[in-house]
Amino acid sequence: MKFLYAAYAATWLIHGSYILYLFSRFRRLREEERELDQSSAK
Amino acid sequence: MRLNLLIFSFVTVLLLGYGFCQAMYIAPTEQTMGDVQRIFYYHLPSAWICFAMFMVNFFASIWYLIRRTAGADALAQSAAEVGVVFCSVVLVSGPLWAKPIWGIWWTWDVRLTSTLVLWLIYVSYLILRRYSPDGTVEAAVLAIFGFLDVPLVYMAIRWFRTQHPQPVIGGGRGSGLDHHMWIAVLWNLAAFLALGILLIWQRYRLAMQEKKLEAAHAEKAISMEARPAR
Repeated sequence: MKFLYAAYAATWLIHGSYILYLFSRFRRLREEERELDQSSAK
Repeated sequence: MRLNLLIFSFVTVLLLGYGFCQAMYIAPTEQTMGDVQRIFYYHLPSAWICFAMFMVNFFASIWYLIRRTAGADALAQSAAEVGVVFCSVVLVSGPLWAKPIWGIWWTWDVRLTSTLVLWLIYVSYLILRRYSPDGTVEAAVLAIFGFLDVPLVYMAIRWFRTQHPQPVIGGGRGSGLDHHMWIAVLWNLAAFLALGILLIWQRYRLAMQEKKLEAAHAEKAISMEARPAR
């Protein structure tokens, strides 16, 4: 059973890491957009 | 857009939850391998979604070489990235099944080796994209030639004598699956397909927004240069 649990956990770890990576990329993009808007407004 | 994303994410989570229940509790236990065989319900759909993503990357790369549109380029990159994620799942879950069944984590047979090569090809593609932003044409060419490995991976267990189990579809006499096992496979295939679509959708949206931001930065730099000095 430990191999089965390890395989399922590894699958979710890989997908979860990728989802977190996408979230961080979106957050960085929003920050850059905000910075650009602020510098354009000056 | 946001509501569509929320609804689709909710449906995907439901499908993944039910797929998990099918794989862990509803599908019958395989007679010779026991519960370890249940790894198959994640391994097989992940492999099929990985092939589908690389196929999307292949067609988007051809489209990019013909039309040079930003959308085709973004789609190719997104599909390769999501394909690598699913291919990683295949490469990790496979050895976790092999160890208790074969007694070894890995063997250099054609199916396993060609899958590892496939993963390396698309990781190279992503590295090329990451460190050579102007190399989009070279990356598209690499993607088109790299895709040639996909039919080799798929057909390896038919063309060569391999340690990997024989195909469950069209594998000849003695192959195939129990009806209840098929149901678990199909539920998990639907669940991982939904997850794949969700991931590629969001990755594509991110790539397009990044391209827009780059264009806005360039526009701003030009307007700063054009402004007369006081």
